[in-house]
Amino acid sequence: MLANFQLLAAVPVLNVQLLLDGLMIGSIFALAAYGLALVWGVMNVKNLAQGEFVIVGGYIAFYMYRDLGINPLWALPVAFLVMFGFGWLMYLLIVRYVIGRDLFTSLLATFGAAIVIQQLLNLIFGPDVQTADSGLGTRLILGSVTVQEIRVLSFVIAGLLALMVVLFMKNSRMGQAIRATAQDPRAARVMGIDTDKVYAFTFSLNAAICGAAGVLISMIWVIQPFYGIAHSIRSFVIVVAAGLGNLPGVIVSALGLGVLEQYGGFGLGAEFQQAVVVGLLIVVLIIRQIMQARHRQVVQ
Amino acid sequence: MTRAQNKLLSYGAIGIVSIAAPFVFDSYISQLTMLWVMVLFAITWDAMGGQMGYNSLGNIFFFGAGMYISAVVQIGLHYDVAEYTAAYGAIKVDFSEQEYFTGLFLGTIVAAVGSVIMAVILSWIVFGLRGPYFAIGTLGIALAAGELVGAWEYVGAGSGISLPVFPGEPEPGEIFFYFAFFLAAVLTFFFFRWLYRTRFGLAINAIRDDEEKAEAMGIRTMRYKTITWSMSAFFLGICGSLFGNYNIFIEPLEVAFATVVFGIPMVVMSLLGGKGTLWGPVIGAILYHVIKEATWTYLLGWQWVALGLLIIISVVFFQQGIMGWAQEKWPELFGIEVEESPPEAEREAA
Repeated sequence: MLANFQLLAAVPVLNVQLLLDGLMIGSIFALAAYGLALVWGVMNVKNLAQGEFVIVGGYIAFYMYRDLGINPLWALPVAFLVMFGFGWLMYLLIVRYVIGRDLFTSLLATFGAAIVIQQLLNLIFGPDVQTADSGLGTRLILGSVTVQEIRVLSFVIAGLLALMVVLFMKNSRMGQAIRATAQDPRAARVMGIDTDKVYAFTFSLNAAICGAAGVLISMIWVIQPFYGIAHSIRSFVIVVAAGLGNLPGVIVSALGLGVLEQYGGFGLGAEFQQAVVVGLLIVVLIIRQIMQARHRQVVQ
Repeated sequence: MTRAQNKLLSYGAIGIVSIAAPFVFDSYISQLTMLWVMVLFAITWDAMGGQMGYNSLGNIFFFGAGMYISAVVQIGLHYDVAEYTAAYGAIKVDFSEQEYFTGLFLGTIVAAVGSVIMAVILSWIVFGLRGPYFAIGTLGIALAAGELVGAWEYVGAGSGISLPVFPGEPEPGEIFFYFAFFLAAVLTFFFFRWLYRTRFGLAINAIRDDEEKAEAMGIRTMRYKTITWSMSAFFLGICGSLFGNYNIFIEPLEVAFATVVFGIPMVVMSLLGGKGTLWGPVIGAILYHVIKEATWTYLLGWQWVALGLLIIISVVFFQQGIMGWAQEKWPELFGIEVEESPPEAEREAA
């Protein structure tokens, strides 16, 4: 274990490799986390099926790659649209009834949905670990650092997608309605905003963003029906660490999580990578608690 | 017949049916054994979630912890644990009856005490968290424990530990474990039944209703929360130790810290039956277990889809549970007095 860290100190180029990989994967975590923060902030619903949305998006890409022979990059718009519809359906069937209820209800209800989605994926695609090949090559920089072109491309796509969503939220009529509803749903209704539709749209937009993130994950990493929970936990870690409604914070902590996870996986061994993610969740919650205790003392 | 007689009679009837069940339905004995495990799960969860209002998603942690502690004690009495697990079952254990039961007894006690110690330590971390953060934090602890134990070579990592087999024929073994779980569940039930009637029960109900006010009234909330969690952990530790021996083989993700198989159903059973009531979790556990076994038999392959749907439906549309629904429908049966005249009528009369 220690030997791995000594290796890192001895061969500095390895650090570059881990940093680059971490940043590129972290950019995709940021997408899912942003979606979670959006739904959490606007509807006060905690979606534990977040990771499953990501995995479903990944399987759409995998299906197009394996069964239809299409380059999985084309799955991006498809997954975006399909998952938008899926999100709307899930809103109508489940989420509609948990808005305004206590937060534990939404946690459990979406966890139930997560189990259903996992199992359906397992029935359709089987439990094997899959990946979709985009057909792009790899390059060497700095002598020994390998950079897969698809990782760079997905980093750019994730950035563009995030930019588009942010611009949409800032400038479009719907984006303004979403922000108004988040601030005060009652006042928004008084001003003639159909909040029910806003909620449906927000949840669907979240699902669509996750779907697109999933397509990227399927190309640069691996997907498996039961990997969703890890993605959900990652989103929670990021959002709790960043705080609600803090977009720069989400981006920074997502990139940080990506890098930490790479270092943890390398330093402690691959079997600890999941443990690092969940361990970080507990660490973040403890830190938050200490900060709040300090805040309480200041208030007193 | 008076109320007390009535009660005694129904307890007696349930007792007789439970004792006779493994002999009458001997082909269903494993399902019946699991039923008591589920009942114990639901009752211990309800002490936290229903009575104290702290919705934990990670109580399964103590089940797994108890299982592993007991396994290490049982193996450690006779072998070097690290060597034993490294051999991946190549070392065959052959315990005499006396060795087996001493190991089981000691292991269970150490497991229960160990779970309580862990609960006390963890309460420092989790009880500062409120509401959904508490739920996510406890879920995180259960998941992290599964991952960490799965990477820990000393206890066999992902490939688990095989435990000693019940000495003698398999048949008496099944009967033995049926009654062990039956006894554990009944003890748990009566313990919490007694507890809810004491001052302690009132205090944790006060914490559920309004923690700030409870604290202002002089209830040491942190102490009460820690003790309640420790009591849940105590019974879950015992249950985990027994379950490890019943299952013979233990493994971190699917048996010990099985969040999806046991951890979440704990919550669902309590909600299904009606949380915050004495009998609710028991009824919920029985109902859930029957539905689970039925889907396992008739919907093979789709069973988890069906159970996921059950979770959604019970949480979203039927959250007051069976007991809650019954209390609304027939309040007089539960000793709840309904005010006949609304306040407006009184004002008019005056």
